[in-house]
Amino acid sequence: MADEALFLLLHNEMVSGVYKSAEQGEVENGRCITKLENMGFRVGQGLIERRNTVLLLVDLFRFTKDTARFKDELDIMKFICKDFWTTVFKKQIDNLRTNHQGIYVLQDNKFRLLTQMSAGKQYLEHASKYLAFTCGLIRGGLSNLGIKSIVTAEVSSMPACKFQVMIQKL
Amino acid sequence: MAVCIAVIAKENYPLYIRSTPTENELKFHYMVHTSLDVVDEKISAMGKALVDQRELYLGLLYPTEDYKVYGYVTNSKVKFVMVVDSSNTALRDNEIRSMFRKLHNSYTDVMCNPFYNPGDRIQAFDNMVTSMMIQVC
Repeated sequence: MADEALFLLLHNEMVSGVYKSAEQGEVENGRCITKLENMGFRVGQGLIERRNTVLLLVDLFRFTKDTARFKDELDIMKFICKDFWTTVFKKQIDNLRTNHQGIYVLQDNKFRLLTQMSAGKQYLEHASKYLAFTCGLIRGGLSNLGIKSIVTAEVSSMPACKFQVMIQKL
Repeated sequence: MAVCIAVIAKENYPLYIRSTPTENELKFHYMVHTSLDVVDEKISAMGKALVDQRELYLGLLYPTEDYKVYGYVTNSKVKFVMVVDSSNTALRDNEIRSMFRKLHNSYTDVMCNPFYNPGDRIQAFDNMVTSMMIQVC
């Protein structure tokens, strides 16, 4: 479907664009990842707002159960794994683990943004650039739902990757 | 119609507040501020209940002799408060709900505006709000 490819290609261009402008300017490499993550953050915030309105207006009966008030963090994380991920990547998170003390690990075995890149260890060192935006996306979505967090990602073998969410208790 | 419309951020400061210019605006600011307590009460009381469009709409918060105050809260804890004239008895519940829905949609659009930083005052609501305020007058 063409609309899936749109986001993938745009995302790839975004990453290469940020790195290209880094070469011309005096920005060190570390800043690029931060820039991408901040972009993802702002997008995540807007997406969550829109997701709330659309869910409620369009499909009241089907989603009534899913839009139940988020009783706790676990509910919110499940929402991120199912609805949020489906909206952006057309699939759900494959595995969610938690230590019940504020750390959640979301595992996606076939991460959409990495499937085109390689099927094993090739290009592993570049994978982190392509995960920064998505980390920000998760952080932005959580922040608008009232949760401060830190999101990091790791890849051991493409295209599977893990996002680790650390909830910050105030 | 609505004499005052306010959008309140989750940290409980106003993002947008507008009232019909003929009245003393301070009075409406005060009313909206006191209604926040009622909103918080309703949110915490709802706790375990299933939330859908109907529950995001909080309904009549409290009536005074001249005005009625209605509330609505989003999943991201942004509150919309609307003050309407009590003398306007023709205003039905459905109309209030649809006004809140319009507000929510406009708020979502503002959030997606790249020039808007979340947490700033909202400049973009004026047109829509004016149409709501003078609809029936």
